[in-house]
Amino acid sequence: MNYEKEEFFAPGHGMCAGCAAPIIVRWVLKLAGPNTIVTNATGCLEVATTAYPRTSWRVPWLHVAFENAAAAAAGVEAAAKAKGEKLNIIAFGGDGGTVDIGLQALSGMVERGHNVLYVLYDNEAYMNTGIQRSGATPWGAWTTTSKVGSANPIGKLRPKKPIGRIIAAHGASYVATANPAFFQDFKKKVQKALSSEGAKFLHVLSSCTTGWRHDPSKTIEVLRLATDTGLFPLWEVVDGDLENMRITYKPKKFKPVEEYLKMQGRFRHLLKNPEYVKKLQDDVNAWWEKYGHHYP
Amino acid sequence: MSKLYWGGKMEVITRGAVITEPGNSVENKTGTWRVFKPVINYDKCIRCLICWQFCPEPAILRHDDEETKMKTPAPKEALKKLPVVEIDYDYCKGCGICYNECPVKAIDFVKEEK
Repeated sequence: MNYEKEEFFAPGHGMCAGCAAPIIVRWVLKLAGPNTIVTNATGCLEVATTAYPRTSWRVPWLHVAFENAAAAAAGVEAAAKAKGEKLNIIAFGGDGGTVDIGLQALSGMVERGHNVLYVLYDNEAYMNTGIQRSGATPWGAWTTTSKVGSANPIGKLRPKKPIGRIIAAHGASYVATANPAFFQDFKKKVQKALSSEGAKFLHVLSSCTTGWRHDPSKTIEVLRLATDTGLFPLWEVVDGDLENMRITYKPKKFKPVEEYLKMQGRFRHLLKNPEYVKKLQDDVNAWWEKYGHHYP
Repeated sequence: MSKLYWGGKMEVITRGAVITEPGNSVENKTGTWRVFKPVINYDKCIRCLICWQFCPEPAILRHDDEETKMKTPAPKEALKKLPVVEIDYDYCKGCGICYNECPVKAIDFVKEEK
């Protein structure tokens, strides 16, 4: 059955204009269909879609604490199994609730091999509480807790946590990075994840207009540049086989990272010093040097 | 749903703050947030559905019925076989993603006037 024409995510939610997270959620739900139960970690998505007494969800939805979306999803899955019901159990979490606070529960869920799809919408900081740095914030990004000034002209000084590879190393049945701007690739990965058995993890990049500081209309454009510059590569790993990771998209010609940086206010300070831009470009080049052969 | 007591002064919440009506956020008319307003020019629209695909609300409706498909203008007669999009201004927050992503520039982005 194809449910693409139906909406399981209702309008009227309070997500910012131009936020990419609802696009991701809408499509994951469309592809999963009505036979779905969702658990949601604390974050923008949870706060803005379920302001009591109203909800935007048209599938059963369970709010849990910041850290335990994966643990609650595991419980729902175990209950469904005991009742002999075949359901799609999906957990949604932001980067704070996944990469930092929820990592332990997620690790446990994947290790136990629950048949759950965990979707991380990664907007690269704690946007809901006011743009604090998280483990997923990239090097050089401005946030309110990695401020830029004379003492620290760079912003965040540590690189982004490779969460996809961490989860894949657990032996999850399917792990992929996706980007809604590369829509067919994104859709294919969601479908593939939903159809495989065991713990599945999708790392989806999601731009935040307030935190990344760009015009709301540029959301998809910025996301497209993230992959076209090589900063956010799209790949997939089946059954934890990192050796045979498959890169699903490689730009014919990489765009310079500067194009991605100059679109966003959070990187504005980096452009003042060509060395910083070069550092990021070198990081991208090093990644593709190391893993580029995984593109078939 | 919660019930209103004392003439609306006191609200008694449901046990566990459970919301029993799926998708009742449609009561929030987020269209009031809008500063700029997307307007579809049907004489240019090639019905590719990219705006519908990327709308975060969703505030772009997709019509699959024959009647709407045929009666809406299209740049080519053959395109009338495809589904039509329509903007639901009750919910459109005016982010402009549709305007930015439209491959044939069939969406204008104009200042909201009230």
